[in-house]
Amino acid sequence: MLSYEVKKSGLMVRLTGELDHSAAEGLRRELDRLIDETRAKKLLLDLSGLTFMDSSGIGLIIGRYKKMVRLGGSVAVIAANRRIDKLFDMAGLYQLVERRA
Amino acid sequence: MEFVNEMRLVFPALPENEAFARLAVSGFILPLDPTMEALADVKTAVSEAVTNAIVHAYPRGSGAVRLWARYSADGLIEVDVSDRGRGIEDVEKARQPFFTTGEDEERSGMGFTVMESFMDRVVVRSAPGKGTTVRLYKRVEPRDEAVPRRA
Repeated sequence: MLSYEVKKSGLMVRLTGELDHSAAEGLRRELDRLIDETRAKKLLLDLSGLTFMDSSGIGLIIGRYKKMVRLGGSVAVIAANRRIDKLFDMAGLYQLVERRA
Repeated sequence: MEFVNEMRLVFPALPENEAFARLAVSGFILPLDPTMEALADVKTAVSEAVTNAIVHAYPRGSGAVRLWARYSADGLIEVDVSDRGRGIEDVEKARQPFFTTGEDEERSGMGFTVMESFMDRVVVRSAPGKGTTVRLYKRVEPRDEAVPRRA
């Protein structure tokens, strides 16, 4: 699930619940729709509400990174916990997206 | 290795069973009193293996995913995730980080890397046209003397 807010700093999306393969498909559609509608230059993903994430989350974020770069924008993740950091580090994700506290 | 408890599950290869599968395994190993970290490691690895089966095993039509989990009194956990699907042609290649088949959806190609990083050992047996079994091994240290007695 997600909730969002359009801020001056960009499109702030808060992801909640479990981010696995079955959830990723719906989140991808929602996120892409929001990116297209708001034409935000910055996508801020708040991960503090996630109770589970596997490598599907890596795929989802890399996909949104590619989309944002195509549109001349960028992605930042907020409040990643230690487990999420471990997953993202495996994939070198922080070379692509900014990590914010 | 003597196992003191085991469970088996069979379910159709549907995405909505991914959460069920990882929760079932994490519930099953609770008597070992694993740390939250170890529990999350097993949950994540099972999720990866089950997702691989669901995404790749049965490109045409449906099929079953089988889970077989067991543990020893001293905390060795083994979980088999099996399918009778199309199999993996080149297992070594499939295990490489960022390897994806490039089909339909967005996959990171990090599934096996995640399993290997969160578990002690991952063994993959696969034959094209016959199916795949991923065996996950993890030893958990009990937090106290709450080691389960022999069943």
